[in-house]
Amino acid sequence: MAFILSFAALIPLDSLGHYIHWGWVEISVANFIIIVLMIATFIAAITAPFPGRRRRKENR
Amino acid sequence: MSSSEIDRQWTTRLRRRVEGKLPPEKLLPDTQPNYVSSWIYVFGVATMSALFVVIATGCILALRGPQWWHGSAYGHFINSLHLWSVEIFFFSMVVHLWGKFAMAAWRGGRTLTWMTGVITFLASVATAFTGYVSQSNFDSQWISTQAKDGINATGAGAYFNVLNLGQMLMWHIVLLPLAAVVLTALHIVLVRIKGVVPPFEENPVVENAEVTQ
Ligand code: HEM
Repeated sequence: MAFILSFAALIPLDSLGHYIHWGWVEISVANFIIIVLMIATFIAAITAPFPGRRRRKENR
Repeated sequence: MSSSEIDRQWTTRLRRRVEGKLPPEKLLPDTQPNYVSSWIYVFGVATMSALFVVIATGCILALRGPQWWHGSAYGHFINSLHLWSVEIFFFSMVVHLWGKFAMAAWRGGRTLTWMTGVITFLASVATAFTGYVSQSNFDSQWISTQAKDGINATGAGAYFNVLNLGQMLMWHIVLLPLAAVVLTALHIVLVRIKGVVPPFEENPVVENAEVTQ
């Protein structure tokens, strides 16, 4: 329980949320982080080598 | 019964159609083309697995009820598993759909696969929203009172009343999950019928092009 409480203390839940304002764009920091993580995951998914993939060199 | 009579039975005709379109070796294939060995293909299955956990934890929440999920440590735990599997579900669904968009995976008669995906996405968003107003806490009260004016302004409020907890809960735990699961099943059967879309050709053959060498 103490561990869970100390972990929860890392994220202040009793304060106002943080927002990014950029011209007419307004987005919460949490949502912004999620979008950045999705873009990073997408780039990793199309670039990272897939284990066990057979490279067929004879074709090119 | 004569064999022509048997041929005309709807059960016989349906079975033959299903067998023709989706033989067992197509439904559960042993191998896939080489280009499928990429991480981007993992995200459809990741979405499906997350959906499985969402439904399983949702069933446990339904069995025990709000007093339990708000008032006990085990209840909080299952409630959190439900929330976080939803987060993973949407996260992987978005990466999945970006991947399919980049591949133009609706090519070669796969329009229905793409469209069932689109509708599943919309049904999932609606499921999440009705979930937020079904929490039965101050958060859900706040969200529903904020949402009501916008929805009433569209006229939909007469049929879809976000302040009606009973109605929202029914949408969240019966109608929308049923739609999401049935659509997902259809989506995956369509992928199996059509096979994985081949990549764009490196040197596409231009029809009627003149040979200049
Ligand atoms: C509940 C949500 C969804 C689940 C569980 C799901 C699952 C899957 C799975 C397992 C596959 C086959 C493996 C793969 O290529 O990743 C697939 C393929 C596909 N998905 Fe989804 N999907 C979902 C949502 C979507 C959405 C939102 C779209 C796009 C709007 C979409 C478009 C497609 C297309 C076009 C294919 C066919 C790819 C091909 O033929 O190569 N899916 N989906």
